[in-house]
Amino acid sequence: MSILVQPDTKILIQGITGSFGGQHANLSIEYGTQVVAGVTPGKGGQVFAETVPVFNTVKEAVSETGATVSAVFVPPPFAADAILEAVDAGVELVVAITEGIPVMDMMRVAAKMQGSSTRLIGPNCPGIVTPGEGPQSSGGCRIGIAPGYIHKKGSVGVVSRSGTLTYEAVWQTTQLGLGQSTCIGIGGDPINGTSHLDILKLFNEDPETESIIMIGEIGGDAEEQAAAWAKEHCNKPIAAFIAGATAPPGRRMGHAGAIISGGKGTAEAKKEALVAAGIAVAQTPSEMGSTLAKLL
Amino acid sequence: MNIHEYQAKELFAKYGVPTPAGKVAENADEARAIASEIGGQVVIKAQVHAGGRGKGTFKNGFQGGVHLSADPDEVASLAEKMIGQTLVTHQTGEIGKVVNKVMVAQAVDIEKEYYLAILMDREGRCPVIVASEEGGVNIEEVAETNPEKILRSAIDPLAGLQENQVREISEGLGFQGDIATRFAGLLDALHELFLSCDCSMVEINPLVTTPDGQLLALDAKFGFDDNALYRQPEIAAMRDTSEEDPREVAASEYDLNYIGLDGNIACLVNGAGLAMATMDIIKYYGGEPANFLDVGGGATEEQVTNAFKIILADANVKGILVNIFGGIMDCNVIAQGIVAACKQVDLGIPLIVRLEGNNVEAGKETLSRSDVNLIAADDLADAAQKAVAAIAA
Repeated sequence: MSILVQPDTKILIQGITGSFGGQHANLSIEYGTQVVAGVTPGKGGQVFAETVPVFNTVKEAVSETGATVSAVFVPPPFAADAILEAVDAGVELVVAITEGIPVMDMMRVAAKMQGSSTRLIGPNCPGIVTPGEGPQSSGGCRIGIAPGYIHKKGSVGVVSRSGTLTYEAVWQTTQLGLGQSTCIGIGGDPINGTSHLDILKLFNEDPETESIIMIGEIGGDAEEQAAAWAKEHCNKPIAAFIAGATAPPGRRMGHAGAIISGGKGTAEAKKEALVAAGIAVAQTPSEMGSTLAKLL
Repeated sequence: MNIHEYQAKELFAKYGVPTPAGKVAENADEARAIASEIGGQVVIKAQVHAGGRGKGTFKNGFQGGVHLSADPDEVASLAEKMIGQTLVTHQTGEIGKVVNKVMVAQAVDIEKEYYLAILMDREGRCPVIVASEEGGVNIEEVAETNPEKILRSAIDPLAGLQENQVREISEGLGFQGDIATRFAGLLDALHELFLSCDCSMVEINPLVTTPDGQLLALDAKFGFDDNALYRQPEIAAMRDTSEEDPREVAASEYDLNYIGLDGNIACLVNGAGLAMATMDIIKYYGGEPANFLDVGGGATEEQVTNAFKIILADANVKGILVNIFGGIMDCNVIAQGIVAACKQVDLGIPLIVRLEGNNVEAGKETLSRSDVNLIAADDLADAAQKAVAAIAA
């Protein structure tokens, strides 16, 4: 097993006819992912890449194809609406890749999703990969924009706020021969759907995941919350890295959520909380894999 | 994005948050005219994006960026001494900021100072009102020393601001009768402004009561959500690039995510998390990063070339570290950008390159076939160590 998605999970892509959504839909199909539908309002009836039917609404796409997961590649002004459309259509999981959604929009999405059975990953995230057993990990489930070929089916669960740091961790654990169970980018925005803590709980329950790499960055207190829970409840070894030790306060470091405000959310405070919870903190991003390997 | 005090007051006026009468002046004559129009005692304030203006010093020796006067001619002469001059405050650094405008506003008698703000609370995922009867001082200090004097009330994103919340805050601040009615109107207007303008923060410090029963916002500070600027043309037009780091202004023209720092090892990275981590690892091995620079997941050769030009325009920079983990991004595009940039600018400093990922062999081939003088690195740690060693040599 893995978490959230398996190689046979049926996914639909909102924004499949856009250039970005289309490019990554093709890469997912090449990887072996079951891309069963696309959704673009007004383009229903078209066929993407000669095999994937395009629908006007998520509801239609779900009822016609049985898709249970939606990947959102819709531009920022329309992304919040696209997420809520997928929620209303009853998909189990929405993965919002879009970067640059206004915070006020995500605030309303988060409020509206309270009590909903749909899980949201992201926004502003690289998505999810459950590696497959084929060459270069093909045959797996790739949702989003991560490079599939760097993965290897294995035992490490990876959770991160950053895309490229996820790829570093994945590449390091692939080189070490450990491989990954599932890799999840939860996104770099201040208001997101699924937290580090939520993912740690899922990894802890997953028999295929034997160890965990958790990657955080400055801003907020999600890493501290995850650490506090892990100290009491997580029975798998965790290695971590926190980016932003040299970031100046009050500046938004690329990600909308990566900002130290009012002296809160510093890398130092996060590292202290992680160490206090018994988590091994890598001193540099080059040592995420080796720090984890030492625990095994 | 930051805005000037006079722009903040304009937004207050538009949404019905009461402020003392006032206008912005770009020269001494305008300042005199505004002072005459208002009549009586006025306050004249230098307009820069920095706090501590009152206690600041101009580089021409003139003391203070905030003055009081009841004489329009004196107001003109004060404006003359400030406009075009560089003001140094504890927030500007030694370099200071050039004052292009001054605000001339009615000086009011203050009965009592309060603090009032609405902030986006990321943990609570909703706006929160923060208020205190201890205004005009540093609110973080009040939170430390007298936390019971800070009132907080979360606003439900779907239901909006409730009257009972307004009453609770109003009573907590000790307002009664007419002033409580005025406060309710002000808080309503402030909430409307916060939502309509996609604010991340709007702070009034101080909010004052006057002996004649007015409630006025004397100073204002705004934060805006950069992600929402596309739908806030009025706010976006308030951007004053003369207040920003010129390196950051240049970078924003090419859609590059750049933040200037004080060190001497420049970095060029794809991805925000990796860009932060690259700065961290430079520091870890004893160097000082000169900047944060994320070229993004879909950088073009032109963007990479311009990124190099911006980096090299910084006189502090003694070495450059390029760190690319090309997931989807083609490493060869970065390599071609580096080669193109080095043809247009005289490099003259060590360049350390770590390329990994998609089409990496072609990228390395492009670099080795060119006559660009660079130091190749195997991984990020190797790259950082080589960069630190190269500038020490």
